[in-house]
Amino acid sequence: MAHAETAAAEAHAHAGHAPQAFIWKYVFSTDHKVIGIQYYVTAMLMALIAGTLAMLIRLQLAWPEKTFPALNFLTKGYTDGVMNPEFYAMLFTMHGTIMVFFVLSTAPVSGFGNMLIPLQVGARDMAFPFLNGLSYWTFLPGCIVILSSFFVGAGAAAGGWTSYPPLSALRSAVPGSEMGQTLWIIGMVFFIASFTMGGLNFVTTILNLRTKGLSMMRMPMTMWAMFLVAVLGLLSFPALTAASLMLLFDRHFATSFFVPSGLVLSGQLVNHQGGSPLLWQHLFWFLGHPEVYILMLPALGFTSDILVAFCRKPIFGYKAMVGAMIAISGLSFVVWGHHMFVSGMSPYLGMAFAVGTMLIAVPSAVKVFNWLATLWRSRIIFTTPMLWALGVVSLFISGGLSGIWLGQTALDIHFHDTYFVVAHFHLIMAGAALFGVFGATAFWFPKMFGRMMHDGLGKWHFWFTFLAYYCTFFPMHYIGLAGHMRRIYDPYQYEFLKQFQPLNQFITISAFILGTSQILFFVNFFWSAFRGKKASENPWNAAGLEWTTPSPPPHGNWPGEIPEVHRWPFDYSVPGAEKDFVMQTDPAPIGDKAGSH
Amino acid sequence: MATPVLDAPLFAQPGNAAVAPPPSAALPEGGGGGDSTPLRFDPTRFGLWAFLGTISMLFIGFTSAYMLRRASADWSPISAPPILWLNTTLLAASSLTLELARRRLRALDLAGTARFFGATGLLGALFVTGQFLAWRALRAQGVFLATNPHSSFFYMLTGIHVLHLSGGLVWFAVIGARVRRLALAPGGDGLGLFATYWHFLGLLWAYLLFVLFVL
Repeated sequence: MAHAETAAAEAHAHAGHAPQAFIWKYVFSTDHKVIGIQYYVTAMLMALIAGTLAMLIRLQLAWPEKTFPALNFLTKGYTDGVMNPEFYAMLFTMHGTIMVFFVLSTAPVSGFGNMLIPLQVGARDMAFPFLNGLSYWTFLPGCIVILSSFFVGAGAAAGGWTSYPPLSALRSAVPGSEMGQTLWIIGMVFFIASFTMGGLNFVTTILNLRTKGLSMMRMPMTMWAMFLVAVLGLLSFPALTAASLMLLFDRHFATSFFVPSGLVLSGQLVNHQGGSPLLWQHLFWFLGHPEVYILMLPALGFTSDILVAFCRKPIFGYKAMVGAMIAISGLSFVVWGHHMFVSGMSPYLGMAFAVGTMLIAVPSAVKVFNWLATLWRSRIIFTTPMLWALGVVSLFISGGLSGIWLGQTALDIHFHDTYFVVAHFHLIMAGAALFGVFGATAFWFPKMFGRMMHDGLGKWHFWFTFLAYYCTFFPMHYIGLAGHMRRIYDPYQYEFLKQFQPLNQFITISAFILGTSQILFFVNFFWSAFRGKKASENPWNAAGLEWTTPSPPPHGNWPGEIPEVHRWPFDYSVPGAEKDFVMQTDPAPIGDKAGSH
Repeated sequence: MATPVLDAPLFAQPGNAAVAPPPSAALPEGGGGGDSTPLRFDPTRFGLWAFLGTISMLFIGFTSAYMLRRASADWSPISAPPILWLNTTLLAASSLTLELARRRLRALDLAGTARFFGATGLLGALFVTGQFLAWRALRAQGVFLATNPHSSFFYMLTGIHVLHLSGGLVWFAVIGARVRRLALAPGGDGLGLFATYWHFLGLLWAYLLFVLFVL
């Protein structure tokens, strides 16, 4: 007991000694809330850049024959108003890299993970606050390195976000393979180091620092998602670290891990032999597939927690939801081969990967079923966060269905490297993750800044984004089915693709609307952060632990003792209860059955 | 065993263990705990094990690359520089002296702790030097990084192992500066975390030797 008392005294001391100087309070902070916001804002600014790259891609695909002298200021990208083909390759490479790693892994995981974990498990801070601060200050140099690659030498990496060798391994392969690819590798190493530090903190905090009474099976779905994401990151990112190091050696120290024999480049025999480009693909996708769940799972967690709060009903099938998330995470380690069906593999191995991929449909369907069952016959309150959560459900279904097609070896050989794939992953992975982040932002904004986001502006932002998102990515299924390839600079050099120019123009206009409507978000975000309506402790009448502390929470998270938890965070509309929700910290025996999980 | 001269207030009295600060106070980076959180494990120890899991995955990644690359036609094995066996002995000895240091620490024999702990660091540094000598020996034979895939893997894997070990030596220096205070922790096992990491690197080295030259 002495132990607990000492710990309590220490925690109080900790809470009382918040750093005062601006630089320690807001810059080199070790407070999880500040670090979470730092991550989040950095990620959103990176999204702005990566989104702009996508706009340039779309401009090129819609009107490759037109000239845009106004863009000549991008000296590396445009000559006389015409985009350079090499620049196009840099655009899609860097759009993918920045979005996947520096935006959609960062904002939900590093941003909201840091923000929410101590608040939802009932801890004063993360387990290793210093390591946490260090992780952000490792992440930021990674961002700077990745962005700087546009301005160094011949430009940014251009071998695709997957950086397949030999394109990425030979410095003379394309202009972006010079310094750009090296900076890509260095930026990724920074990112992985930062993500690993974060992951160690997540796992340790969730397993070890839960408050009294908060068993694993009483955790919000978001916490389950963060826990699984951290495990996935810790176990899968090392494969990319290993591969990146070998790629660096191939590029700069003349080894032959990935570069095969007999390769002729510009009429010259390359001085490497015996390497295996397939080896990179295996290592890359061993990370790459779990990585897409690193993006997805937090969004699925946010969605469950938000749906419940605005249906005013307990979550349907909590244990099944947790089981589904664990199953999805486990399966993610054994299905990477489905990204490589056309790379050549034994048909039996291909079949094994296809079967594994099909199996993921089962836990995914469990999740959708349980969401619908949670919504079933409830009186939905259509707030902004709720709209985003419903958007995630919609995108998860639309994008998931095409995943079943792509997981089949026979079909994938036709679809591979077409816009069908682009449509699929933008809906399910990118879209669901992005919508999840927007939902979480609107929902937990009070805990970030102590204010509410503007609801009207938020709804306009949602509807513009939702409609423009579908208009942008849904037609890509059709052009993909018709054989429209990814990553081509001018599709209309091919006779059979000429008919798709009008559809591509429609997609581009939708994409521009999608991009422009994000201004609504940024205006709302920054305006609300400083001028928004002051938020009460629990503005949504939600039942979770994080709503028992002031908005924004003070240093140390709770002014007094950390509350004890007596039930799960989903006790809404409990018969016999005074209000239509029972706080997680309420010791009353009402609804004990629901809380006894 | 001569009793070392002690700074009295720095030291726990033998019967005083119950009021000694908990490990989280000795290791401030572990101090984010909740008021009444019943800690399931020591968070720092748990975090270290998770980190070791990550390092293991890194080397599993390298191993799978090694196995795949080994099957190609241009694979020509290099022979191990004999000094590796000496290095292996040094590293094993350093694990042994570390265990002896922990035993002395538990007995609150600080002079003995410092002696054995210092020996651990010295043996570790000798191991790193030995690895440099091994690379030099190979270079003298004309076996370079890019000579063949086996030599590429040899230089890369031993290099990354040395990097991890150098990180361990930095940690060694940090702990060395506060070895006396470590005796304050309950049970006096302030070297436990470091020992876990150090023994792990020893085992990792044995594994690498096995993969590179036995398998």
